[in-house]
Amino acid sequence: MFRTALKSSTGVLAQASARTSVPFAVRAASNLAGSPVTGAGRDNVPTKYGGTYTVTLIPGDGIGAEVADSVKEIFTSLNVPVEWEQYNVSGETHGDEAEFKRAMESLKRNKVGLKGILYTPIDGHNSWNVAMRQSLDIYANVVVCKTLDGVPTRHDGVDFAIIRENTEGEYAGLEHQSYPGVVENLKVMTRVKAERIARFAFDYALKNGRKKVTCVHKANIMKLGDGLFLNTCTEVAKEYAASGIAFDSMIVDNTSMQMVSKPQQFDTIVCPNLYGNILSNIGAALVGGPGIVPGASLGREIALFEPGCRHVAADIAGKNVANPSAMILSSSMLLRHLGLNKQANSIASAVYKVIKDGKFKTRDIKGTTSTTDFTKAIIEQL
Amino acid sequence: MVLKPTPTAIASALRQFQTSTKLAASAYQSTAPSSAYSTKPGANGNYTVTLIPGDGIGPEIAESVKSIFSAAKAPIQWEEVDVTPTLVNGKTAIPADAIASVKKNTVALKGPLATPIGKGHVSLNLTLRRTFGLFANVRPCVSIKGYKTAYDDVNTVLIRENTEGEYSGIEHELVPGVVQSIKLITYQASERVARYAFHYASEHGRNKVTAVHKATVMKMSDGMFLEACRNVAKDYPNVVYDEDLLDRVCLRVVQDPTPYADTVMVMPNLYGDILSDMCAGLIGGLGLTPSGNIGKDASIFEAVHGSAPDIAGKGLANPTALLLSSLMMLRHMNLFKHADNIENAIFKTIADGKAITGDLGGKASTSQYTEGIISRIK
Repeated sequence: MFRTALKSSTGVLAQASARTSVPFAVRAASNLAGSPVTGAGRDNVPTKYGGTYTVTLIPGDGIGAEVADSVKEIFTSLNVPVEWEQYNVSGETHGDEAEFKRAMESLKRNKVGLKGILYTPIDGHNSWNVAMRQSLDIYANVVVCKTLDGVPTRHDGVDFAIIRENTEGEYAGLEHQSYPGVVENLKVMTRVKAERIARFAFDYALKNGRKKVTCVHKANIMKLGDGLFLNTCTEVAKEYAASGIAFDSMIVDNTSMQMVSKPQQFDTIVCPNLYGNILSNIGAALVGGPGIVPGASLGREIALFEPGCRHVAADIAGKNVANPSAMILSSSMLLRHLGLNKQANSIASAVYKVIKDGKFKTRDIKGTTSTTDFTKAIIEQL
Repeated sequence: MVLKPTPTAIASALRQFQTSTKLAASAYQSTAPSSAYSTKPGANGNYTVTLIPGDGIGPEIAESVKSIFSAAKAPIQWEEVDVTPTLVNGKTAIPADAIASVKKNTVALKGPLATPIGKGHVSLNLTLRRTFGLFANVRPCVSIKGYKTAYDDVNTVLIRENTEGEYSGIEHELVPGVVQSIKLITYQASERVARYAFHYASEHGRNKVTAVHKATVMKMSDGMFLEACRNVAKDYPNVVYDEDLLDRVCLRVVQDPTPYADTVMVMPNLYGDILSDMCAGLIGGLGLTPSGNIGKDASIFEAVHGSAPDIAGKGLANPTALLLSSLMMLRHMNLFKHADNIENAIFKTIADGKAITGDLGGKASTSQYTEGIISRIK
């Protein structure tokens, strides 16, 4: 009934709704770099030419170049059939806008990419990270926070996924100064986008053996905006009740409190843009930091893999101390998306093994190993 | 889909924004340096404070505060009022004598309130906030020795803008399925809360203020908040000022809160709401976190936990959050010595672990816990 209501509205809405309701094909996986819900086998399968996939690579600012080098070395040593189309975009200089546009064209062509984080100035151009997600419509951000053996943490047994709406909400970028000293920032929420992210979250839960989806919101204050998001999730949940996926909801401030005190209670979280940003950072901090948490931003057409907890890490850039695991695990998710499961699993298990053995630990997980030595250790494990 | 404006449009919008905030900086300078307490004590040397015991466990925990204050000889005289709301012309109103009492004393201590359901009442907390113009919410979180959590050395102070931002309540549905909620940021309100944050930092021996923002994405709204903070920072040359991104703060506080022990974080409404509860989570929840609401005309200190009707009247409630709030109140009134004395007694009692309430892992009743504290007061 819910979907019918959507379809009966304007043509655009109906079309979008029909598109979002197509079920996603997914591969089962149980490890950290778990399979995202991607449409492999459909219209978004990247093309393979001469036995190789062309993948867009945007190393990004800060530690981006170093951790991208790790990935490249690992791929080379494993003879992964991937050819990089690299774009050294930097958000720190305005002149890079042309390069940024070329990178976007490349992504549209290749339909799959690996990306570090681009710096965003406060006084300057809009966030290119956000622009990319909006104009490529890679609407679902997946971040999996799971405790890894060998990483010292304050909490044990953390294992949850955050599905974040990536294209609207507080990040709509619509702001104006109505009167000197008075600024309005529009947070736009739509049923179409709420519904497709809700469906994505439930599909993800279903395909990845998870049991519960929690909608995180602030509908007690933003009764219409977050209310729409919550109500939509509640409606979608009914369709999945028969599949055994439970549903509940939690207010965002309580969620952040619960997450730092009892993180084990969370399974799959679905939330609007800004809350996703906050919760993925809390989640990453719980399991060992941005250096080990992979992520992906997915749309109907394009899949972009990037570290789950998005930090430029300018303070450690160029020092050869960054932990490349987040980027490497993201690249392993990318390989799984391409159907290269063997290589994907080989890389992911090498990373887990090196971290677990504890002989090679980067600075963020209380070790002294350099980025390059850590990468070598992984290559030896392949 | 939202189309991005061209770079030229962005640049011109930014120029416009920068010029207009400069204008605003002079036009909206708040006259009051802060909301410092200035009420004089009565003839007997005591300061009168309004006490709103509240609902549920409220009266029990308020009783605990009263007996500890008299044992510590704190120069406070309580004026107890009831704020049970009535509907006047369909609007929630609190009794006139309660309002008069708070306005006269300029300081109040408040227990948890239960908003009556189903009678068209708006939240009582919101009513109080509007009635007294409470613009800043102060939320310190300090690890309590004897109550073990995953974090040992938490000592954060967070000041939250309390009147606007995402909580403006301005929302509408443009067409079915498309909703617009307005985050409203004004220079005036940003400047006011920033000024209080700097005042608080210099009064409480923290020499740093950190503005928490997401101005990389919300360039104009959070940008204006930062502009206000930067301008106020110029008036406090002895307080270090820095800025940090919301996501970075979340990450770093949860990884290791100790670097935040020397700063006062100030931020817009929603971020403050989320981060203050997150910090509370680090030290063991809302039962141990105090809070103060600062306004131009009055300030109300309160426990932020609920009224716990399930254990009301059973003598089991933990009064710590209200007690710690009352210490914030004493410090707001510049009664630092009395606050320190009571605080030491509370912390020793909890660390000792013999007379603590059930929620802290002990077996003591509210009154046994209170007695434990009183016996440790110097």
